[in-house]
Amino acid sequence: MQLSDQVRGLLEEAFPGGDVEVWPFSGDDHLSTRIRSERFSGLTLIDQHRLVYAPVQHLLDDGSIHALQIKTEAP
Amino acid sequence: MIVTDDQIREEITKAITENKVMLFMKGTPDFPRCGFSARTVQALQMAGAEFAAIDILPDPRIREQLSAHSGWPTVPQLFVDGELVGGCDIVTELYQTGELGRMVQPAA
Repeated sequence: MQLSDQVRGLLEEAFPGGDVEVWPFSGDDHLSTRIRSERFSGLTLIDQHRLVYAPVQHLLDDGSIHALQIKTEAP
Repeated sequence: MIVTDDQIREEITKAITENKVMLFMKGTPDFPRCGFSARTVQALQMAGAEFAAIDILPDPRIREQLSAHSGWPTVPQLFVDGELVGGCDIVTELYQTGELGRMVQPAA
C-alpha cells in the first residue's frame, strides 16, 4: 500500500465526516494534506496541527514520513 | 568536549527563554539546509522579525530534546515569547494573514 493511502486512511479515521486529501509532493515520503473538519473549530493553528500529527505520529517517529505539509480548515 | 543530554536540554530552554523570537532549523538563516527551514526564515525576514536561530543538524540529540520539550514532531520550530508557534506551514500562514508581523514586534 502506498504511504499516502495509509496516511489518508489514518486521517479519515481521525476526522470522521471531514474532507481529507493526501498527496505526495516530492518523492513518496514528502506528503501534503488538506483537511476540512469540524474538529478544528475554535482551535489555534498549532492545536489544529497537533490534531493532525497525532494519528500519524508513529510514521513520523520511525522516519516513514519525511515531511508532512498541513493545511487545515474549519467549515 | 563531551556534551551531555542535560546540557543540550538546558541550552534549548535557555534559547527559548532568552530570545523573543527563536527559530530551530536545519542549517542557518544564510544557508538553510532544508526547503521548509528556508521558507520559515523567509517569512520571518519578510515580517521584519529579528530572530535567533539554532541549527539542529550538528547533533541528533538537539532534535530529540527539542521535540521532547515542545511535543512537536518536525523541524523547523518557531517560538515567540517562549511559546511554540509552529512549523513552516503555520508560520507561512501567519505571515500571509499579517499575524506574524504583529507577533514579532519588539516590545515597546
